[in-house]
Amino acid sequence: MSEEFKIEIVNPEKSFLVKDDVSEVVVPAYEGEMGILKDHISIISFLKPGIIKILSKSGNESYYIEDGIVEFKNNNLSILTSSIFNIADMDKSKQQDLLKQAEEESGKEKISDQSRYLIDQKIEVLKTLN
Amino acid sequence: MASLDDLKKRIASVKSTQKITKAMKMVAAAKLRKAQESAEKGRPYSEKMNNVILNLSSGISDKENAPKLLSGTGNDKIHLCVVMTSDRGLCGGFNSNIIKKAKSYFSKILSEGKELKIITIGSKGNDQLKRMYGDKIIENISFKESKNANYFDADKVGKIVIDKFESSEFDICTIFYNQFKNVITQIPQAQQIIPLNSEDSEDNTSEESYEFEPDEDEILSNLLPKNISTQIFKAMLENSASEQGSRMSAMDNATRNAGEMVDKLTIQYNRSRQAAITKELIEIISGAESL
Repeated sequence: MSEEFKIEIVNPEKSFLVKDDVSEVVVPAYEGEMGILKDHISIISFLKPGIIKILSKSGNESYYIEDGIVEFKNNNLSILTSSIFNIADMDKSKQQDLLKQAEEESGKEKISDQSRYLIDQKIEVLKTLN
Repeated sequence: MASLDDLKKRIASVKSTQKITKAMKMVAAAKLRKAQESAEKGRPYSEKMNNVILNLSSGISDKENAPKLLSGTGNDKIHLCVVMTSDRGLCGGFNSNIIKKAKSYFSKILSEGKELKIITIGSKGNDQLKRMYGDKIIENISFKESKNANYFDADKVGKIVIDKFESSEFDICTIFYNQFKNVITQIPQAQQIIPLNSEDSEDNTSEESYEFEPDEDEILSNLLPKNISTQIFKAMLENSASEQGSRMSAMDNATRNAGEMVDKLTIQYNRSRQAAITKELIEIISGAESL
């Protein structure tokens, strides 16, 4: 029996990625990284800034995302996100831009603890990419 | 009767107008294809988002403490209406249809003695509404700079709406936009986005229970603001497709009308030219006869 399932990543503008030969996906869920394999229990969670790793027959890919919702049901994994970048396509300057933006954001005084946590997370992830 | 010279000038002017409307039609057709494509591409996101929310809200444990964005404030005193129109004219009944729909809704609300607040998106709607409801318009947003509808803009509008909701400036929020059906038909829509009206959406909830991480309430309170932006974005996409469709058919009509006008004027021109020739001939003949 095959150990593969389907993944679909959509952003508001289009369907970003569809693959049906995925063996494992690691997503940065809100409460920690989460690996999803075939026949995982149905789950809804949301994501914090981080890296999605997709392991599939046709090669491994990783994407940087800033937010999103993940839903897994009947071996269909849907990820809704408004900002996603393929790390292979991302060059240094793009990363620097995002990092600078995030740092500016975190420099503001009036933000809630939750958004501060998310921004710190974002900065950390971006730094590891560089 | 107009002189030959006048007729000639009119024909030339109608012809050049026809050229302009024809060009506008072509441009609208090209833009329409793009807008339609992005409207179609944007659909999966909003559908998925809707599904997740439906699944979540059916699984929510404590209805009383549900987030206010879902259940409402319990009042319906203050209505906020977001009216989406275009920034440009010459698109047939596109803007007027939305305005008409919105106006009838406004007068209903006002006659019920409720308070009304309006946000307009796009300058055409603002122009038409400020005459009657100028004091009700609290904000006017225009995206003239952005070429196509993008999520970033929608998110900005969504954030404004949510900010106002959180400072309890209104109880119910409705958005007005044109739904794109085909090039000829666009249906003006009024959609309530706060509180979320789940009766409208199809029933896709599954019996299957989900595991939630963190708990339902927290996910919902994170998801709902996003959903507002998503709904607004969807409306913007539909609206831009409708605008181009409407403009295309309006310009098509205009081109055809101009063609008819040119034909009519040409006949009139030829007739009067012939009449002048005949007149001249008669003058010559009768002059020769009298000799």
